[in-house]
Amino acid sequence: MSGAADREAVFPTRQSLGIMKAKLKGAETGHSLLKRKSEALTKTLREITRRIDEAKRKMGRVMQIASLSLAEVTYAVGGNIGYQIQESAKSARFRIRAKQENVSGVLLPAFESYQTEGNNDFAMTGLGKGGQQVQRCRETYARAVEALVELASLQTAFVILDEVIKVVNRRVNAIEHVIIPRTENTIKYINSELDELDREEFYRLKKVAGKKQRDTAEQDAEMKARKEAQAAAADEQNQAPNAAADDAPADLLAAEEDEDVIF
Amino acid sequence: MASQADYKDRQFLAVIGDEDSVTGLLLAGIGHVTSPPTTKNFLVVDAKTETSAIESAFEKFTTERKDIGIVLINQHIADRIRYRIDTYTQAFPTVLEIPSKDHPYDPEKDSVLRRVRRLFGE
Repeated sequence: MSGAADREAVFPTRQSLGIMKAKLKGAETGHSLLKRKSEALTKTLREITRRIDEAKRKMGRVMQIASLSLAEVTYAVGGNIGYQIQESAKSARFRIRAKQENVSGVLLPAFESYQTEGNNDFAMTGLGKGGQQVQRCRETYARAVEALVELASLQTAFVILDEVIKVVNRRVNAIEHVIIPRTENTIKYINSELDELDREEFYRLKKVAGKKQRDTAEQDAEMKARKEAQAAAADEQNQAPNAAADDAPADLLAAEEDEDVIF
Repeated sequence: MASQADYKDRQFLAVIGDEDSVTGLLLAGIGHVTSPPTTKNFLVVDAKTETSAIESAFEKFTTERKDIGIVLINQHIADRIRYRIDTYTQAFPTVLEIPSKDHPYDPEKDSVLRRVRRLFGE
């Protein structure tokens, strides 16, 4: 089973079994953490989506009001002021600044609008007539642009979050469906190989033990046979000394007649 | 992913729109003209404007210029370069479709709202 399945190329040793077990544990911890992160991000994404929906509706209304006030300006000034405004635009009064917001480890940029003081490109617009309408129109449009900037930052956050969620989900799936099964397979493989080795070892030991037992039995039998043989020999010798006892003292006496030892 | 340095100096808005929208937004003070060579951060589109001109302006605002944070584009103009808008997935600058005076806003066409809808399986 584990031979055909996908597993890592390791030697089936106890050390690599320990490593694999640690790896499996790490993968499980990482999986649960990433899963939680993905859930938190999805929650934020839903919140942002809801706000985008709201902001888009609001934008529709605000832009309508702004268009109306521009129509008022056209009427009051008595002619199209488009060219004049396009030509007199020089430096942006209305600017944006990007700041970061941290949502569960993801940096979401948010735009913030601010108006620089001092430069007014349209000081001459509506000087003749309709100045008040121009002023009001500017304010209306400034509010509209603020709403647009808010919507834009929501949208940026949405795009980035969407991407991050995709990446996180991909990781979660990879861990769940590739890394964890593969590590489990590897552990199973190592375990089966180790069991196999154990059985081999056990069999070998049994063999050795059997051989030793046989050897011992053989030796015992041999020893017993030798002892019996010795015992039989001893019995025979026990009768022999009685016959030889008479000769022995004569031998001892005869030794006195040895040659003198000269120093 | 947008890197950190990517949006630090993005401080302008750009607009591609019909005359009324552009006029109004310029009145709000978003217009910025850099002198040598004269480049504007807005484009007035009328019936005579070529689609390629819109496309190149969109290209310029989104990829070439690094100081633009938000690109506003009228929805009926976005429709003319819809394929470019739909394939645009970068976070910076943000492309925002806005309604115009003559064309009411249609949420079904908005590329981001469509992604929102698709994401939630509606």
